[in-house]
Amino acid sequence: MNGLRLTANGLPLPDPEAVGRQPSAVSGLKVLIPEAEVYEHNPKRLYVTIPRERLTDAAKYLHRERGMRLSTCTGIDTRDGFEVLYHFSEDSTGTMYTLKVLAPKDDPKLDSQATWFPAANWIEREMHELLGIDFPGHPNLIPLLTSDTDWEEDKYPLRRDFERRSDAHEQ
Amino acid sequence: MSSRRIVPIGPYHPLQEEPEFFKLIVEGETVVDLEINIGYNHRGHEFISPELTYDQIPFLVERICGICSNSHPLACVLAVEDCAGIKPPPRANYIRSIVHELERIHSHLLWVGLAGHFIGYNTVWMWAWRYREHILELFEMITGNRNHYAMNKPGGVRRDIKTEQIPQIFAVMDVVDKKVMMLTKAVLDDPVIRSRLEGVGVLTREQAIAYSVTGPTARPSGVDIDVRRDDPHCAYDCVPWNVIVLNEGDVLAKTKARLLEIVESTRIIRACLKDLPDGPIETRVDEVPPGEGIGRTEAPRGEVFHYIRSDGSNRPLRHKVRAPSYMNIASNVVAIKGGSIADAALTLAAVDPCYCCTERMAAFEDGKLRFTGKDLLKLSWAKTERLKEQRA
Repeated sequence: MNGLRLTANGLPLPDPEAVGRQPSAVSGLKVLIPEAEVYEHNPKRLYVTIPRERLTDAAKYLHRERGMRLSTCTGIDTRDGFEVLYHFSEDSTGTMYTLKVLAPKDDPKLDSQATWFPAANWIEREMHELLGIDFPGHPNLIPLLTSDTDWEEDKYPLRRDFERRSDAHEQ
Repeated sequence: MSSRRIVPIGPYHPLQEEPEFFKLIVEGETVVDLEINIGYNHRGHEFISPELTYDQIPFLVERICGICSNSHPLACVLAVEDCAGIKPPPRANYIRSIVHELERIHSHLLWVGLAGHFIGYNTVWMWAWRYREHILELFEMITGNRNHYAMNKPGGVRRDIKTEQIPQIFAVMDVVDKKVMMLTKAVLDDPVIRSRLEGVGVLTREQAIAYSVTGPTARPSGVDIDVRRDDPHCAYDCVPWNVIVLNEGDVLAKTKARLLEIVESTRIIRACLKDLPDGPIETRVDEVPPGEGIGRTEAPRGEVFHYIRSDGSNRPLRHKVRAPSYMNIASNVVAIKGGSIADAALTLAAVDPCYCCTERMAAFEDGKLRFTGKDLLKLSWAKTERLKEQRA
């Protein structure tokens, strides 16, 4: 069969010497963004907190220079603001690198990554409609999941102050 | 551009589980652009999940998809275990792998059957689904259900595989192996099927990387990724198997990859059953400490991703779910451009979205109905018939 290529599990193993010579993605991020804070949950799950102004630089570094794939993003409404996690997967080592940025509640804005990375397009639209985070520069920031419904604007179900139906009934 | 027409596909069909709306923009017979709308089946799982306990959540996420009903709970319990630092016992790991691979076989056979139906080979459809039935019977024997198996719980699995069930699983694996080889040969040897699938809906390697697609949409485009090998979980690092990578990126490569993956799955199941270790099937989980966890596994369609943030209580603070079709369907925009309208249904189907929706189409021209879903299916079948006549 033409073009069929089989790779056994665990193979091809990366050359340990080459891996040793190459700086890891974390040290590369540290050089790029000195204020980055790294938390290692375990060797395969790394969380890097960065200031939101440097998000595009960090994402471009991980995707273009380290060849990582964007798995998805998670937006969380916390006490300090909207925490947005960009989950990058390094498939050669099976490690998840998660970039953490914080968008304050009075100015929930983050630079759009969809301008240069199509994989971020849908998830940014989803976070925009479910959490109300703005992504300036996004090519098409219309609702993704509620576009064909009569869902009211300015109602964000994943925010903590969202009024649940059962609460409304009790009143 | 007066010659541009819109061909809407979807969104609703009584058979489909994930309604999607594809707006094909065509010039004559050629598709020039595609707009995708999703959200018709948005059930708010991420909203409901924080109200449930960690023991209840696997039952909720199991119902995200009827076909991948083992992948979501598995990724979810892996996320909880990652957060709490729990290692399930070896026997549980092997049982998880066996059930997960059985699910891959049934899902890929389902896809092969439907792809056959779309190009007018209803015999392929009937035969593929007939052999899928054996797998569903195995599920009923092992888990008690043909669908929604409820096998995974944080710390292990809920049911054991009994010794007397093992010969029966081996017997079904022999049947599946034989019949899949027969189907593979039938698909590869038939010149008409070949010319319907070859060079259609090509997704290049660069596009696959830019759209971050996963699973059997990425691997036939030369992207060598598989979460089972890259981020080992369950028993995937204990048994020998291969990752199927092809380079053409067209629908034929995607078909080949899926058929060959079935054979690899039967290999994994055989090896797991052979070395099935003794011992308990679950570890006790006393508490999930504050923190966060990521769980991912290779579903039949690609990487399933679950993220859990815990505050130390028995419910998560946030639970993020990302199914593989979320990334794969978006890549249709580039795969379908430049193709003919007769190939559109097949190209959209090639990423294996839950795509019964492709049947429900209607094309309007100047306010009048021009094509219905049945007409588009007939267009596709007519092309196959034309090719058959040319060959004859």
